[in-house]
Amino acid sequence: MSILAPGTKAPEFSLPSTPDQRVSLSDFRGSLVVLAFYPADWSPVCGDQMALYNEMLGEFRKQKVQLLGISVDGVWCHAAFASDRKLHFPLLADFEPKGAVAKSYGAYREPEGLSERALFLIDSEGVVRWSYLSPIGVNPGADGIFDALDALSGKGG
Amino acid sequence: MALRPPVSEHDHAAGPTDARLTLVEYGDYQCPHCAAADPVVRSVQKAFGNELRFVFRNFPLAEMHPAAEPAAEFAEGAAVQGKFWEAHDAIFAYSRRHGPPSLGPDAFASIATALKLDAQKLEADVASHHYLERIKNDFNGGVRSGVNGTPSFFINGKRFDGPATVEALTEALRDALSE
Repeated sequence: MSILAPGTKAPEFSLPSTPDQRVSLSDFRGSLVVLAFYPADWSPVCGDQMALYNEMLGEFRKQKVQLLGISVDGVWCHAAFASDRKLHFPLLADFEPKGAVAKSYGAYREPEGLSERALFLIDSEGVVRWSYLSPIGVNPGADGIFDALDALSGKGG
Repeated sequence: MALRPPVSEHDHAAGPTDARLTLVEYGDYQCPHCAAADPVVRSVQKAFGNELRFVFRNFPLAEMHPAAEPAAEFAEGAAVQGKFWEAHDAIFAYSRRHGPPSLGPDAFASIATALKLDAQKLEADVASHHYLERIKNDFNGGVRSGVNGTPSFFINGKRFDGPATVEALTEALRDALSE
């Protein structure tokens, strides 16, 4: 399975972000979305990656980008993780049916039952404009996202 | 992965400007790995002498480490009083001795006294976030350079992915010398 390539329509989803809230991709139609799939809450590399993105929220906001984290963990697990790490962006639970959204983006690891560490930049029309599959153990940082945002806004870079 | 922006006169640098080697660290004062890496860097600096210039840039993970940003502001304030590296080393030494969570106003006050800094001015600088923009600029430059955690090192502008040990850094610096 390979991840969705630029130019592909981003598959719609509606997933719980908390026990009583759901987030849909179409909620953000008209703005840019960064979808960050990661394998699991609590594993050290993801912690670092999500912690880094958490520090970048001001910059994302400035560029009118909505950041969404997504893994196969359930909402209660996400709630505990977000509270422990003081994360201020939604973590979506791709929990039931397990990994369905990850599969639709080509970002599911069949044998382990986890999502890949994959990044997607989705434009205001709901089209994937940039995607990146990171080795599962490597925190991909945020430079690729910002380069892609620059390219999208014609800043080059 | 390349360093953006390149090292300039705005950076905190120790060692000759025309040194053949420039080692840049992106670090967080409340990160235990950075505290551990600090003596490693000192020892590498000693070994390479005038062949090496060391540059420190701030990469505080402020949500995770509540004292990281104030500590960086403290060091920037000390820089204006001519004691950046003294403050830099003292913060990491304090963190190694008392643990990273011990960093905070009391720690900074005791470091200011030990280094004979103008404590009142420093406290005001930290409280008014006078140097925060510079720190954020360091941080954003780090993100654009691919920094994904701390400490992250760059040797002559190129990312160093090995462990922060004297052996690994020495080998990588030697390789860069022979390039």
